[in-house]
Amino acid sequence: MFAAIIRWLDERLDLDGLIAPLRHKTVPTHRFSYWYFFGGITLFLFIIQVLTGILLLLYYRSGANEAFESVQYIMTRVQFGWLIRSIHSWSANLMIFTAFVHMFSVTFLKAYRKPRELTWVTGMILLFLVMGFGFSGYLLPWNTLAFFATKVGTEIAGQVPIIGKPIMIFLRGGEEVTGATLTRFFGFHVAILPGIVTVLIAVHLFLVQRQGMSVPPKVETEWTANPSLRREMKFFPNFLLRELMAWYVAIGALGALAALFPWNLGVKADPFVSAPAGIKPEWYFLFMFQTLKLIPSKVWIIDGEVLGVLGCSLAGLFWLLLPFFENDKAGRTKAWITGLSVFALVYVVGMTVYGFLAK
Amino acid sequence: MCADQISPPQTTRRHAIEIFLGGGLLASLASFLYPVLRYFVPPAVADLGGDEVVAAKLGDLKPNSGKIFRFGSRPGLLILTSDGTYRALSATCTHLGCTVQYRSDLREIWCACHNGTYDLNGRNISGPPPRPLTVFEVHERGDEIVVSRKREA
Repeated sequence: MFAAIIRWLDERLDLDGLIAPLRHKTVPTHRFSYWYFFGGITLFLFIIQVLTGILLLLYYRSGANEAFESVQYIMTRVQFGWLIRSIHSWSANLMIFTAFVHMFSVTFLKAYRKPRELTWVTGMILLFLVMGFGFSGYLLPWNTLAFFATKVGTEIAGQVPIIGKPIMIFLRGGEEVTGATLTRFFGFHVAILPGIVTVLIAVHLFLVQRQGMSVPPKVETEWTANPSLRREMKFFPNFLLRELMAWYVAIGALGALAALFPWNLGVKADPFVSAPAGIKPEWYFLFMFQTLKLIPSKVWIIDGEVLGVLGCSLAGLFWLLLPFFENDKAGRTKAWITGLSVFALVYVVGMTVYGFLAK
Repeated sequence: MCADQISPPQTTRRHAIEIFLGGGLLASLASFLYPVLRYFVPPAVADLGGDEVVAAKLGDLKPNSGKIFRFGSRPGLLILTSDGTYRALSATCTHLGCTVQYRSDLREIWCACHNGTYDLNGRNISGPPPRPLTVFEVHERGDEIVVSRKREA
């Protein structure tokens, strides 16, 4: 029966020809190969986000008077609603984590170098957009923490000279964070971001497919010196099956986290109460939040906030364009970029931990 | 000769692995799908109105007129006839579920969707409706007009 369907499709679509490029594709096998899995796991978690997001849309209602209640309804009345929402929240956090791991692994394995500059740039834009997903999705349950996180986050965007204020008003749908902001963020979260991200993922994957996996320069040098060390694995089915196993482990971890530590809903947002003590953004914004906190309010003649926001933006822009500062010659890298990568990782991790511990 | 002796146990071993692997995958798939299928079913909405509702105040309605009121999650129709008696019926047309209205010119209940009509006792008298409208009981309590479901005898 199944074989008959395959045969029917094959006669019409030439399935073999369709997967032929996948059959020829190989994946270099070396001591760092495991890092190749993280991009795939991030993709898998994104697929889970799409599926659980669609499920949540069946019951979620946006609007300041309904959003909190509808999430409460999902979590208390709808069968397995708590599980679906918990998976969506956990998967979001894990996805941002694996995206960061993927980014740093690419940095340290020097996979961003020529000819893969565009893969890096699309990947970095995807990372920013994924954080945008996190930021916009965080507001949707309309609870106190989300309300203030959005207030602060959009206020920070407003600090950018000249273009900041219009951006802030665009994001908020007005001067203040209100139900209009919620409607807007809902639109960003379920329509605009998914559209852009889907296209970018397609481009990113196409580039990976077209150019194949990069071999780290160190390994490449070893292989050139001693060609008998060169190892490769077929992408289809060998690497793909390993990747699927990684996905299986990921869904196991996700299910366990979602079931054992269900995501909190918190207290309904009230624009006329004070921000609760010790309020902090989500962990993936913590390193930037902590940086802003440490900058004095006035540096020379520039406002500290403005300086911090400009600094973070420039750092982000530089990181986006990282491959263009790198050595073009195969196998050669610039030491200062390696040093900077180490500094970036230590800085992000250090500031995140500091942000957690700081009162 | 030797190969013949070895190959049968190999195939069964492979077969057993396939059963375990396939069974495991099917079981995981079922465990993913079961919550999702249950999630699709919306929880039953509690009928908020109960069995009794205040449909109007005395004097809200002029003789030979009607109004729609909320009866639980469904609309009801309260009519004050020209001889001064109150009648209350379900306002959901038995044809395809539109909300009916009182036509003072015809002294009938009329459904605008497919031109069905009912008399004041809720009987379907012309057009497509297949069944009469459910009739409710009406009481006056102080200045309130209370509508309740008819108790089954």
